[in-house]
Amino acid sequence: MEHIELFFKSIFIDNMVFATFLGMCSYLAVSKKVATAVGLGAAVIFVLAVTVPLNWLLDQYILQEGALSWLGEEYAAYDLSFLSFIMFIATIATMVQLVEIIVEKFSPSLYNSLGIFLPLIAVNCAILGGSLFMQSREIPSLGLALTYGIGSGIGWFLAILAIAAIREKIRYSSVPPALRGLGITFIITGLMAIGFMSFGGMLTGGDEEQKETPKVEATIENKKEEKKDAKEIIADNTKTNNQ
Amino acid sequence: MGLLSKKDAALITDPLADNNPITIQVLGICSALAITAELKASIVMAVSVLFVLGLGNVVISLMRNIIPSKIRIIVQLIVVATLVIIVDLVLKAFAYELSKTLSVFVGLIITNCIIMGRFEAFALGNGPWKSFLDGVGNSLGYGVILIAVGFFRELLGSGTLLGYKVLGDPIEKTGLYAIGYENNGFMLLSPMALIVVGIIIWIQRSRNTALIEEN
Repeated sequence: MEHIELFFKSIFIDNMVFATFLGMCSYLAVSKKVATAVGLGAAVIFVLAVTVPLNWLLDQYILQEGALSWLGEEYAAYDLSFLSFIMFIATIATMVQLVEIIVEKFSPSLYNSLGIFLPLIAVNCAILGGSLFMQSREIPSLGLALTYGIGSGIGWFLAILAIAAIREKIRYSSVPPALRGLGITFIITGLMAIGFMSFGGMLTGGDEEQKETPKVEATIENKKEEKKDAKEIIADNTKTNNQ
Repeated sequence: MGLLSKKDAALITDPLADNNPITIQVLGICSALAITAELKASIVMAVSVLFVLGLGNVVISLMRNIIPSKIRIIVQLIVVATLVIIVDLVLKAFAYELSKTLSVFVGLIITNCIIMGRFEAFALGNGPWKSFLDGVGNSLGYGVILIAVGFFRELLGSGTLLGYKVLGDPIEKTGLYAIGYENNGFMLLSPMALIVVGIIIWIQRSRNTALIEEN
């Protein structure tokens, strides 16, 4: 149950593109054709599914405060969490290289369809973001980390697939000249993000009466604090709704 | 410009307008939009990127002749990651609240495409001084958009600027609120950041028609 909940939450509610803007660069640059978008999306799912659990292990056994205690008593006091950025990005860059080499060796056809996208992925914010969110949300187990990786990958895949399909069609409509290309893509993404916000109530269960009231309260509270960003508001709403 | 030659000055001024990293080169959108709900966070983000890109460009440019081209991506990532760790620790020490608001987005400066993009496109082929100017120019261009978006989102969304209640107090009904003005809470949510940037692009391209894309 935990797994299913996290899975759907990372696809729809905390969608990488629409809720946190991760991986926007390649999302905007590679979404002109559906076929290429599918290739990049698949590569992102794959790399996230590998790197998030790997970085979870690193975080759990090397980086966290007291994580080194398996080495012996005297190491228990070390806190290496300031190294997480460099560790995570090095892991991702190495994994991407490794995956590229392995895929090239064992499945040339997959390499031909994914190959050109793999180097791009090392610097895709969605990948590093996945690992950093995994760390900051304190995902409790390796299995959940894997679920989270795959789920957010699929969320990203859905987003780029949808925008690529829309951009293919929009070529035939008359967009104001100054908005053509980038501008309209931004606005469409904004509208899609508004659509995805409606998934916020998805994991509340069937209890109608309990669902409505806390949600409104939570929104008002958040507005008063005025400091939270949108992602936190959504996360808070879901949390309150879950209770 | 006595200090800078004409060419050098162009390195700084070009990215501010007609070659803006966000609206024209489409770089660095990832970590830019999520933190623009408040002006203060936008400014801090802009300054952090200025530091990382200015310094990183110089470092990469100094090393450009000894980096083997096959592993250059990893070398670049390590340089950025080191600089970002410095930014992160400084923020945690002197502006803890703010570093909580920015959360993982400080770390995401590492994969900010502006940085890798400028390293690849400029620092690997030019001297340190020019690279420094290019880095400063591009991060200023990035900062301008970030601050503009942050300004409108904070003003319309919560009626404040940098935390000061410029439009009056919504609870005691003073200032604009006395005549029935309401904050648009929707501006604080993520979709509006995209739409605000879309509108900025629209305005920019209407003013300078040479930038319009062919579908």
